[in-house]
Amino acid sequence: MSAATAPHEANTTSLPRKTRISVFVRLLAIQGAWNYETLLGNGVGFCLEPVLRLLPEGIHSTRFKSALARESHYFNAHPYLASVAVGALARAELDGEAPERIERFRTALCGPLGSVGDRLVWAGWLPFCSLASLAIFGLGATTWPVLAFFLLAYNAGHFGLRIWGLRTGWRHGLHVAPALANPVLRKGPQQIGRLAAVATGVAIPLAIGRVIGPGRSFLGAVLVAVALGSFVIVRLKGRIEGWRLSFFVLAALVLISVIV
Amino acid sequence: MNLLEVIPIAVLGGLLGLDVVSFPQAMISRPLVAATLAGVLVGHSASGLLVGAVLELIALETLPFGASRYPEWGSASVVGGAIFASHPSHPAGAMTCAMVAALATTWIGGWTMVKLRQANATWARDRRDALEAGSRGAVTSLQLMGMTADLVRGAVLTGVAYALLAPLASLSIARWNVDARLSRSMAVAIAASVAGGAAWKLFHATLGARWFFVGGLVVGLFWLFVR
Repeated sequence: MSAATAPHEANTTSLPRKTRISVFVRLLAIQGAWNYETLLGNGVGFCLEPVLRLLPEGIHSTRFKSALARESHYFNAHPYLASVAVGALARAELDGEAPERIERFRTALCGPLGSVGDRLVWAGWLPFCSLASLAIFGLGATTWPVLAFFLLAYNAGHFGLRIWGLRTGWRHGLHVAPALANPVLRKGPQQIGRLAAVATGVAIPLAIGRVIGPGRSFLGAVLVAVALGSFVIVRLKGRIEGWRLSFFVLAALVLISVIV
Repeated sequence: MNLLEVIPIAVLGGLLGLDVVSFPQAMISRPLVAATLAGVLVGHSASGLLVGAVLELIALETLPFGASRYPEWGSASVVGGAIFASHPSHPAGAMTCAMVAALATTWIGGWTMVKLRQANATWARDRRDALEAGSRGAVTSLQLMGMTADLVRGAVLTGVAYALLAPLASLSIARWNVDARLSRSMAVAIAASVAGGAAWKLFHATLGARWFFVGGLVVGLFWLFVR
């Protein structure tokens, strides 16, 4: 903390409950104005606005306005892990850190928060929860247990990550980087990847069995077709995405089935 | 079909379309959930779950990485779920038609999201001076405008897609010539192929993932054939 702002230290030891709740709810809407120019920038400013109201100079002061303008500039991160940045920036602004330091910190944080979040959540936790839910569906579970498992499991991770990020960012301020070496963030993607691989193996045949229904007349042929189809999609190496390919094949099936 | 049938579907599509990116990204927009909720609205939640599970297999390939352009599954799954659940006896072709409707909507939905992001950028440019001056009103209004536009985008997309595609699906189902079980098997085979390819792309670089996959596959196949 800079010496110039030491008198405000008492205000920054913890955020009032109302402010914390307000910031957390706004974090859920951090991508509300997402665009190709400032990305999450406006969202970060939107999340920090309740914290900046705590500045002793008030909301009509130059300090408030320059802080809000600074925090609404370009920012990129995984939306859940952006909570780390919001917590840390809240701390930095209330502590009165130098604007240049805050801007350098924002720039430095973008890359790690994006890549770690993508690997942990989009490429790990989400597919794992989705596949595990499909396995439960394949085992014959009714509607609500499948939905309850997916939503509870996924959002335990989702909300947990946002809460952890906000707390960690607030606790460490501009010195939050070492906290990103947390074992969950470093090793989590590998471990979740293994779990998701198991879930894939269990879920695909069971889900196929449930959708086709009782009897085994088509099951063997479908499983072989799936193995071949997956191989073809992997070999296509992204030249056409699987969902587009499936749209064209299914549309052709509709035409053949209706016209022929 | 009348407006009173379309409006609840459109509202649900709007809310779930909002979840994809803007608020709260709790994944209620995933096909497994969204199609089931559409099924609940139509009165057949189990049908919604069935088509939701098949669409979820395809959606595994399209995860919302950063600024990449991806299809919008929230509104699309509502369209697919509602179409399939409105044929609760699951006649031949119902699942295939619902999937085609959902995939067509998800494609257009992805395009509308790009347009929304461009509109957000335009609105931000229009407020640049106010944002540079640290205006609370400008920051908050930009955020609320983006979310409102996203909600409207999802609702209009869902309403229009359902109104256009549901009658087309009914017409196709009435003229369907292929066996029901064969049609459904082909549809799920295509979806599961996409899931298999997607899972490989996601996990093949993970140490030992191949063996974990094989282990899971043995368990899955064993369960499938012994029950």
